[in-house]
Amino acid sequence: MDAPIIEIRDVSKRYDEGRPALAGLSLEVRAGEALAVLGRSGSGKSTLLNMIAGLDKPSEGGVTVDGVRVDSLSETALAKYRRERIGMIFQFFNLLDDLTVEDNVLLPAQLAGVPRGKARARAAELLEQLGIARHARAFPGRLSGGERQRVAVARSLMNRPPLLLADEPTGALDSASAADVRELLVDLNHTGQTILLVTHDTALAASCATGTIELVDGRIARDVRAAAR
Amino acid sequence: MSALGKVVRAGVGRRRVQTLVMTLTTMMAVTASVLAAGLLVASQAPFDHAFAQQKGAHLTAQFDGTRVTAAQAAATAHVSGVTAAAGPFPVLSLRPHVGTNDSGMPVGDRLPPMTIVGRADPGGPVDDLDLTSGRWATGTGQIVLPDGDAPFGIGDRMEFPDLPGRPSLTVVGLARSVGMSAEAWVSPAQLVALTPPGAVPTRQMLYRFDHAATDAQIGADRAAVAAAVPPGSMTGAASYLKLKLAASRASATFVPFVTAFGVLGLFMSILIIGVVVSGAVSAATRRIGILKSLGFTPAQVVRAYVAQALIPATIGTVLGVVFGDLLSIPVLGEAESAYGTGSLTVAPWIDLAVPAVALAAVAGTALVPALRAGRLRTVEAIAVGRTPRPGRGRAVRYLLGRLPLPRPVSLGLATPFSRPTRSATMATAVAFGTIGITFGAGLAMSLNDIQNGLSRRTPGAVVVQAFGAPAPPAPGTDPTGPPATPTIKPAVRPKAIAAKISAQPGTGRYFSTGQARVSVTGRAGTTTVIAYQGDYSWGSYQMVAGSWLSGPGQAVVPSGFLKATGTHLGDTITLTANGRSAPVRIVGEALDLREEGMVILTDASSLAGLRAPVLPESVEFDIDLRPGTDPQRYLTSLNAALQPLGITAQANSGQLSGTVIAMDALAAMLTLLLLAVAGLGVLNTVVLDTRERVHDLGVLKALGMSPRQTVTMVITSVAGIGLSASALGVPVGMALHDQVLPVMGHAAGTRFPAADIAVYGLPVLIPLVLGGMVIATAGALLPAGWAARARTAIALRTE
Repeated sequence: MDAPIIEIRDVSKRYDEGRPALAGLSLEVRAGEALAVLGRSGSGKSTLLNMIAGLDKPSEGGVTVDGVRVDSLSETALAKYRRERIGMIFQFFNLLDDLTVEDNVLLPAQLAGVPRGKARARAAELLEQLGIARHARAFPGRLSGGERQRVAVARSLMNRPPLLLADEPTGALDSASAADVRELLVDLNHTGQTILLVTHDTALAASCATGTIELVDGRIARDVRAAAR
Repeated sequence: MSALGKVVRAGVGRRRVQTLVMTLTTMMAVTASVLAAGLLVASQAPFDHAFAQQKGAHLTAQFDGTRVTAAQAAATAHVSGVTAAAGPFPVLSLRPHVGTNDSGMPVGDRLPPMTIVGRADPGGPVDDLDLTSGRWATGTGQIVLPDGDAPFGIGDRMEFPDLPGRPSLTVVGLARSVGMSAEAWVSPAQLVALTPPGAVPTRQMLYRFDHAATDAQIGADRAAVAAAVPPGSMTGAASYLKLKLAASRASATFVPFVTAFGVLGLFMSILIIGVVVSGAVSAATRRIGILKSLGFTPAQVVRAYVAQALIPATIGTVLGVVFGDLLSIPVLGEAESAYGTGSLTVAPWIDLAVPAVALAAVAGTALVPALRAGRLRTVEAIAVGRTPRPGRGRAVRYLLGRLPLPRPVSLGLATPFSRPTRSATMATAVAFGTIGITFGAGLAMSLNDIQNGLSRRTPGAVVVQAFGAPAPPAPGTDPTGPPATPTIKPAVRPKAIAAKISAQPGTGRYFSTGQARVSVTGRAGTTTVIAYQGDYSWGSYQMVAGSWLSGPGQAVVPSGFLKATGTHLGDTITLTANGRSAPVRIVGEALDLREEGMVILTDASSLAGLRAPVLPESVEFDIDLRPGTDPQRYLTSLNAALQPLGITAQANSGQLSGTVIAMDALAAMLTLLLLAVAGLGVLNTVVLDTRERVHDLGVLKALGMSPRQTVTMVITSVAGIGLSASALGVPVGMALHDQVLPVMGHAAGTRFPAADIAVYGLPVLIPLVLGGMVIATAGALLPAGWAARARTAIALRTE
């Protein structure tokens, strides 16, 4: 059996006083899995994603991704971790409006210091693969929501990360574009890409996840994967 | 509290950084403005202001103590036209020796004659002295000296070995008399103790008159006073008008550069206030949209945002006035030294006018974006949010992305193009800072060169004076008259000194100078001629034009002489004395400010036919040592040889002009202030930019931008502006310097050598051009740090 790519042990997160966002949560995700994290607003989905992405640190417990203990990294090491080991897709795309599609896609490679030629070749390959090569010189504002999310996906895959984190990737899309992105994620997973998908859209989870967990009040209330194992 | 009040309070409270920056910027701008305006006002007739403040004496009269009793002198206070009088004070002219001191003066050196006045206290209806440090001399063994003129400090001692009991006085205070009524003050009892046996001190009376604006009026006043005492018993009387003329010349030298700094400071302050306030209001557009959606009227929105800007601005303004007044103490102190006047203070109306203008500027600059925001459709205001209008600078960003630069650098370089107006204002602020530093540095370098040039009139490593320094005219005496030489023994014969110097091992070359007074055909009165003997080829003054003396029959004169006589290089002037004449040809124009430039330098042989005697006490030898000679050992050895003659040689340590030091200090302070204001302008702009781009920063950090890359990007976003602003500011600063220096020279009555003005060489220009980048980087460091530390998750949530 493959070693877990994400290993979360007894993670709690408290913001100020009151109910914890995560309460002693433990979770393992194996390479090649596409895990959907379901839950209502405030259930701790985004907090969990932030812990894995190294955007936030747990109050207690540990987060290990691809063998790296994320919660103990310095800011500089976290930046390197995000460049090399994860790709992120956001609900509102988070593309930089002043950069062309190609420049947006190139960014992670450029920040990682990948040689220009190599980076450009990879960007061209991804744009082609995702069907947006014709928009390479366009600015994101001129694209449809679905196309923008494709650009975001291309950007997230630029440095060939072992883990793709998707936060409500279809939340801001119309149904046709959402279906388009759903298909894209399924295809990616079929190529072996590990995906952690945070959503409250059960249809999305059902169509592209190999397993789902549901969070309630910062705890795993249901783990369909575990039941299937 | 009303809804509007709550909005204002919340706006000020929540945006703490912006509120703090606005408070600080307003404070710095108001501080700079108070100082600049204070200096500008103080530069207008500083002598008149200080003279009025000290109730300076229009006429300082001295009466023969053997012929005029104290009561008779005091009675002159009732002469018609006298509005106030002080005295009689007993006066002596004595030559003290240097005693133990911390000021580096050689103990035992004899000083020029000094006018010492016995005065019980520094105040009074006339000549109300400013005691600038220490205390007044009230007991025996104490003396007070004029501030700024004497090389002595408090605690130093003066000896009077020629007087019975060899009295010794300790300097206990420094005082400033705009009317220069004395060169030292002691208690009346001490003055009695200093009086040589058989001598009677003269009596000094100080007067103010109803009418004293012109020489004629002062002349009439003087005649009225003289008529009140026995004929011929008034031995001297000095009009304040001569001092006023000299002081006006000194202050006029300062006015051009103080004005340049003042105007720069004021303009920059208003600019920075405009940038800060309009930026702050613009940044709140989205919040304004939300308020309008809740039912706020456009007028309420405008009031809320103008008030929101005025609260921190008012705090900053109050602090700025306080700091401006506090900083004015040292700054105006330098100006006082420079102007040679009494205490200068910031005029009270400036403390009211500057805050009023500053707050009006804040309200005005806040009103424009607030009105624009008030007129915005609610939905637009919400949608526009805080992000720059999309589309701006895209082409530049695209092109920069193609350059072989690290991505954070190319992203940073493109940032200013998203907000061209804001970037232009920031560039202007940095450019002003660069203009200030270029101008200030150039001024310091030029003044240093001019100081060095002026020092070249005594070029030797060792100087021997036949009788110490020539005595300056005593207060109240006509400087063009014969010099006062009371109670001094005859000077040593120059030939005897020359023989000792020639015989001294280590002597390389030397020459002597001596002063004579001759007439110049076509000009009234006499003029000082400095006669050179020996090998003076190496003793050249710094030349403005032409060449140094190369033999008899030639003359070198300062610019002031050429201007006053209407002569030019190549002209021949005729010197006359004792009914004889000697023509000399002007071969050079030298840098020299003595006697307002009315000096002629020539070979002593040029004067041979005139039989004009060289004043013995003015003879001075300048000695150049052989290479490898130890100056200290040479000095010790020469002094041993000169001991039988009763004179000493001194190392030529050069002279540091108090005016130059004051100008340097003033320029340095003003430059620093301009830099601080420019830096704060940048800080504020980068804070605004960083806040606006916090979401983009979050995205970049989520994609793996490291803290160092974030700092690099933010710094690069201003470094390019800084460099461009420098490229613009440095030439403007140079041009300002090149314009102001000649004006200062003109005010001082001279032209400056071109080499003293052309001070901007490549080694100076490179750091100056980089200076703008440094200002910008310094201003951006703090927000860059914030950007690097910003929590990515929170930044990503910021839409």
